[in-house]
Amino acid sequence: MSTLKLDLENYKELLQEYIRSKDEQALYQAEQFSKQSMQQKISPDEIINIHIQSLQEIYPEMPEYIQSSLNFLLETMISYGLAYQEHQSLREKQLELKSEISVAANMQKTLLSTVKPEIEEVEVGALSVPAKQMNGDYHHFVYDEKGTLGIAVADVIGKGVPAALCMSMIKYSMDSFPEMRMDPSVILGSLNRVVERNVDSSMFITMFYGLYDSRDHTFTYSSAGHEPGFYYHKDQGEFEEIDVPGLVLGVSAETTYTQYVKEVEKGDMIVLLTDGVTECRQGERFIEQEEVLDVIKSYADLPAQEIVDQVYKHFERLQGFQLRDDFTLIILRRNV
Amino acid sequence: MEFQSCVNIKKEWDIVGARQLGRDIARKIGFGTVDQARIATAISELARNIYLYAGTGKVCFEALEEIDRKGIAIIAMDDGPGIKEIGQVMEDGFSTSGGLGAGLPGVKRLMDEFDIHSEEGKGTEIRVVKWLR
Repeated sequence: MSTLKLDLENYKELLQEYIRSKDEQALYQAEQFSKQSMQQKISPDEIINIHIQSLQEIYPEMPEYIQSSLNFLLETMISYGLAYQEHQSLREKQLELKSEISVAANMQKTLLSTVKPEIEEVEVGALSVPAKQMNGDYHHFVYDEKGTLGIAVADVIGKGVPAALCMSMIKYSMDSFPEMRMDPSVILGSLNRVVERNVDSSMFITMFYGLYDSRDHTFTYSSAGHEPGFYYHKDQGEFEEIDVPGLVLGVSAETTYTQYVKEVEKGDMIVLLTDGVTECRQGERFIEQEEVLDVIKSYADLPAQEIVDQVYKHFERLQGFQLRDDFTLIILRRNV
Repeated sequence: MEFQSCVNIKKEWDIVGARQLGRDIARKIGFGTVDQARIATAISELARNIYLYAGTGKVCFEALEEIDRKGIAIIAMDDGPGIKEIGQVMEDGFSTSGGLGAGLPGVKRLMDEFDIHSEEGKGTEIRVVKWLR
């Protein structure tokens, strides 16, 4: 079939052909015509105009009332034409925005990147996946030569760009802390003041900060209203909740944080996460905490990173491959 | 500039009067049916803005005649509250989010030239032109 030219002559011929034959072929060509018109951003009122002109040429004796009725139709279509053009321009804008956000998301990835430490004594598995393009979760590792591993996990209440901007600030504040070992309660205390000063009061950040000392295998931690973590006793095959009090960051500059210590036995695991893991949804149903733990347990014999990856795959599938919230899961296991 | 004629906008009914006068002038200049319909829609939009946001004002028409082209200018004037953020009202999807009317971006699309002056507390003047092709 020859390519259709979008002009009056062509439309007139197609119309004439259809009126004569009432043929499906002509209707198919009409469909092609409308598709091509849309490609060329021709608005519906212009098609009506071409129709009117074609009719006038085919039937010069067209009754006056038909002519008037067609003019009436044309008038009603003008606003649709405008809406169509507006739709086109909004679509272009949306594409622009999308590509801008993906550039920003890449930048964020670079900004917030952290290196998962490879330590003989503790095995680390970590995964953070954003629900949309930008991640409102954050995790960070700091390892020093003396053998302490600092782990931060944070979650901004909220998603998307605002949450991501907020996280970048947290990252820079943490970078500005001195290199030496700092207690979790001190770190949360100073981040709390940064957030309180710099972030809108409607935005909250929860954070868990833990310090694993690989020399004596103690885990020191504090929490700023963060989702409770879990301690897995390998021998009993049971989980114990690591739930400690602590106000979310940014509420009051006066807030102080208590810190706790736990001794870690060989083979035991520490599970840290954000609510994107515990608040997975299957359809309208929120999954139970036990489900998360059961899934982790079922993979407990695998290397830490594989556990984390398998758990993510499990819940990704459960949620139909569309995350509702940013998903961050970290597992530490004492190896020796 | 040939002549200028105006329609005062005080009540909704005046919008129809403005459309009628504008369409007559457009027809005399030689605009075809579609362009007449577009010009009328632009007039509606401008007049309705006056009626809704300024209360009263007027819409004026000029038949333009240059050496090589003819056209129509529509000028909408009011002493209303003015527009604070012109950039915002010129943005697609801002005023039309409810699906009502074409908004000023629509008027701009319907016409060839678009110019707006607005001062907060003093009023707004919008001048649009469509040339005969």
